[in-house]
Amino acid sequence: MKKTKQIGGSTIHVATRRWWPLFLGPVVAAFIIGFVWPFFQGIYLSLCSFKTVSNAKFVGLQNYIKAFSDASFRHAFWYTALFAVTSLVIINIAAFAVAYALTKGIRGSNLFRTVFFMPNLIGGIVLGYIWSMIFDGILSRFSTSIMVNAKFGFWGLIILVAWQQIGYMMIIYIAGLQAVPGDILEAADIDGATGWQALFRVVIPNVMPSITICVFLSLTNGFKLFDQNLALTGGQPFTIQPDGTTIKQTEMLALNIYNTFYTSSVASQGTAQAKAVVFFILVAGLSLLQLSFTRKKEVQQ
Amino acid sequence: MSKKFWALALCVVLALSLLGGCANSGSSSTPASTAPSSTAPEGSSAANGGDAPADGAAGSVYWLNFKPESDTVLQEIAEMYTAKTGVPVKVVTASAGTYNQQLTAEMDKSAPPTLFVIGNAAAARDWSDYALDLAGTPIEAELNTDAYNIYDENGKLVSIGYCYECYGIIVNLDLLNQFGSLENIKDFESLKNLVETIESKADETGIHAFTSCDMDSSSSWRFTGHMANLEYYYEQEGNVWTECPPELTGKYMENFKNLYDLAINNSITEPTDLANGGHDASQEFKDGKAVFHVQGSWEYSNLAEDVPNMAMIPYYCGVEGEEKAGLNCGTENCWAINSKASPEDQQATMDFMVWCVTDPEASRMLVDSFGVMPYKNAAESTNAFLANANQYSEDGCYVMNWATNFQPNVDEYRATLVSALNAYNADQSDANWETVKTAFVQGWAVQYKAVNG
Repeated sequence: MKKTKQIGGSTIHVATRRWWPLFLGPVVAAFIIGFVWPFFQGIYLSLCSFKTVSNAKFVGLQNYIKAFSDASFRHAFWYTALFAVTSLVIINIAAFAVAYALTKGIRGSNLFRTVFFMPNLIGGIVLGYIWSMIFDGILSRFSTSIMVNAKFGFWGLIILVAWQQIGYMMIIYIAGLQAVPGDILEAADIDGATGWQALFRVVIPNVMPSITICVFLSLTNGFKLFDQNLALTGGQPFTIQPDGTTIKQTEMLALNIYNTFYTSSVASQGTAQAKAVVFFILVAGLSLLQLSFTRKKEVQQ
Repeated sequence: MSKKFWALALCVVLALSLLGGCANSGSSSTPASTAPSSTAPEGSSAANGGDAPADGAAGSVYWLNFKPESDTVLQEIAEMYTAKTGVPVKVVTASAGTYNQQLTAEMDKSAPPTLFVIGNAAAARDWSDYALDLAGTPIEAELNTDAYNIYDENGKLVSIGYCYECYGIIVNLDLLNQFGSLENIKDFESLKNLVETIESKADETGIHAFTSCDMDSSSSWRFTGHMANLEYYYEQEGNVWTECPPELTGKYMENFKNLYDLAINNSITEPTDLANGGHDASQEFKDGKAVFHVQGSWEYSNLAEDVPNMAMIPYYCGVEGEEKAGLNCGTENCWAINSKASPEDQQATMDFMVWCVTDPEASRMLVDSFGVMPYKNAAESTNAFLANANQYSEDGCYVMNWATNFQPNVDEYRATLVSALNAYNADQSDANWETVKTAFVQGWAVQYKAVNG
């Protein structure tokens, strides 16, 4: 106190020092209410058996045991992983290719950019239903359906998310490509680099930050995919085992958690919560791993 | 200037959104209170009138109704009755989905409802103490079937249906008469013969037997929910389920298969195309492209304009004695009289109920609103399907109760069934039917366990 008075002279300065908690308060409170508290309560609830949140009974690790012994959860995990990797590769290669083409000064580039970006503005559920109509229209000519064959379901989903996300990633890549200094490219050209060499040796290292962010986004999007999955196949077709239990062949992790939660039984909500925690750790861990990996490849200009 | 303006605008938006939040939470936290306030004028005046018994009048009626869509007509009925007899009738309608909370709250009050709704076995358990035994009462004597009676565990008749709905196979009579007659359809064998006759001529006539049996979510419930009921119904062997059984035997799966196969293989759409969906079965029926349509009584007004001459027939499926089968009927609209009310009020309520189902004018209004009332002297239904259902009852046919309502974890159960049926529709092999059976029978047990731990 004394010290500030001596240094100060500016009353605003003093007031800020004294009252900072008041100004920080609302943000911190909002953050705690909206994120920190639910997050920790979620972890706590994953150790409980509950129907309503206010009436939870602690049961220890039981929910986690149930979650991991659930064959449909394990299937959903591997299915989601396969999906995330496939969609990541396809989306990023396609988005980069489109972005590369559209920074070459083709006539109508702006129009193309707008058109390619548009699908991203449509909500996932709507998109799912629109594409299911398209697929139905095509597949019914061959007397089959996306609901009957899991392969169609997988590739249908890939086509859907590719269509939705390529435009978005393209915008990020375009920004990255435009930031590549022309003089470096010119230098490469003068040094006799071929087009491919210029691309792989000069352009790609320079757009590495964009690649980092795009790979991060498409990886987490792939893992978190929910509405498109629900609207396009809803998990169909199911493998029905002789004891009557089912494995939904095209059900991804998020949908699996949702379906587990809404089984309307007391026991399953805790299990779903445990699955959700595992899901969070998985997505967070993978993203961090990926970030640190691609960051290493980034170059400073 | 403009910066200030934007800051101000943002503040206003923030403040408004805050207020909006308050308003929302305010209205949602008191949903129950909104309903009575909307009917408060009648309510309060009736309540004042309700004190009248002290002056020697004979009790009053307070009906806690749970169907918001019928509130208007019930208010009219109440006024009519008061005008005629001087007995005050108060009708309060719980807003959608809040009936249980409101009933709980109202029952605690000094003037609780004298007439309320006990719609299913679970509610009968909860409210049995508050329900007068209706066995042997004048209102019971008016019933033309006991199919919609609800009993508690001790066999007390706690509530009786005042209206119901039904489903089965809708028939376009004008088309049917080109191929045969309704009288000749008595069982599965006769239905099958007729269906196959119609289908064999479909190429020339353009008329198929059944409308499309799509398996997409807008249509699959007609089979996984409704048609499946025939299996559940017969499996009960006369002992009507009062709660969800943990397991099924699947004894009548063959019968389900009979009717299901008949429908998918003799319809406008090839079985292999059903998984995609997208065919409007109701429109096909309206356009006269098919004779039979698997649907329920609620479709009547939608179809009646285009197909004036319709009837509904039972799910004939090859079960012994099915000549005596009726339609699949059910309801959650069941009257119960409050046993804690004063004897005068109980009597007044009973009189009111009997008047509702016997007075030509009142029952006409109620039937037009509810569809049909299962009482001997109630007005005839204008809904041909419900009239059919009533006719079957009067002819002594058994009503197939809605056992399907017990399907455990219903969305999952049906989704599994749809998956199995999709595979079967694509390739009608025995192995695929075994999978359908597994989903139908073992799937029930699995979902029962998932729900009940």
